Amino acid sequence: MNTSATSTRISRIGTTVLSLAVMSMSSAACADSAKKPAPTNPVWQEECGSCHIAYPPRFLPAESWQQLMGSLEEHFGTDASVDADTAATIRTFLVQNAKRSKADVKASDAPLRITETRWFVHEHDEISAAKWKSPAIKSAANCGACHREADKGSFRERDIKVP
Amino acid sequence: MRQTVFIGGLATFLLSASLAQAADPLDAITAAARNDKSFSGFAATRGETLFRTKGTDWSCSSCHTTDPRNPGRHAVTGKTIQPMAPVSNPKRLTDPAKVEKWFKRNCMDVFDRECTAQEKGDVITWLRSLTR
Repeated sequence: MNTSATSTRISRIGTTVLSLAVMSMSSAACADSAKKPAPTNPVWQEECGSCHIAYPPRFLPAESWQQLMGSLEEHFGTDASVDADTAATIRTFLVQNAKRSKADVKASDAPLRITETRWFVHEHDEISAAKWKSPAIKSAANCGACHREADKGSFRERDIKVP
Repeated sequence: MRQTVFIGGLATFLLSASLAQAADPLDAITAAARNDKSFSGFAATRGETLFRTKGTDWSCSSCHTTDPRNPGRHAVTGKTIQPMAPVSNPKRLTDPAKVEKWFKRNCMDVFDRECTAQEKGDVITWLRSLTR
């Protein structure tokens, strides 16, 4: 292996690590110092906040919400259907406040589970598999088990208390 | 003239007051159940049995526990569910649209079909019969 190739690789890795660090810092800063309150909607809160907390629209891109709203009768193994007017209201709210990305997300690439997105996995990499399954948490869908203000849309570090 | 305005205002007030008082969800369910000629009323015991009957994977109790006076927990997400029995949670079973929405969803989840008016009425009757 020649030295210049090695140093190029190291510098690439360095750049990746640095950009990842900057990304996570900026997202943490965003979450912690957000002056604007998280967007909210009473219909979304009521209809999406029964079986799980009403997951913030910024957690998934618009294409993901479109797909989820089009398949509520088969929503991760349960029937979460709502009437057409209600669905239209929720869909508009989710899409308008969805996670922004530079390029459109292809339908086949749209994540349907928040817990499978790269940022979610990264943010939770210190939680062991056993901890996820503990009775107090039970499921990664149960944000409120650790994020004590999750039902109010807040995921700030200072509100986290892992049971 | 003043009297007419007063009477008009009073009528509007009474009308809005009666609209604000929502219909009992059991009324429409009873009307639907009566379409079956053999209908002879609802029974709390049948409601209790259905509540605890396992369908494909779950029963109502899987999330609401066998004692609906207690809070439940969603079988998948782990989120707390407020008690179903009005004795513990007076807001339960007061909004017909909400009652229909949840029976539709949860009967599909548990039994893979919608529940009949008879079944819904039986379950409501049982939940309402629970006391402390």
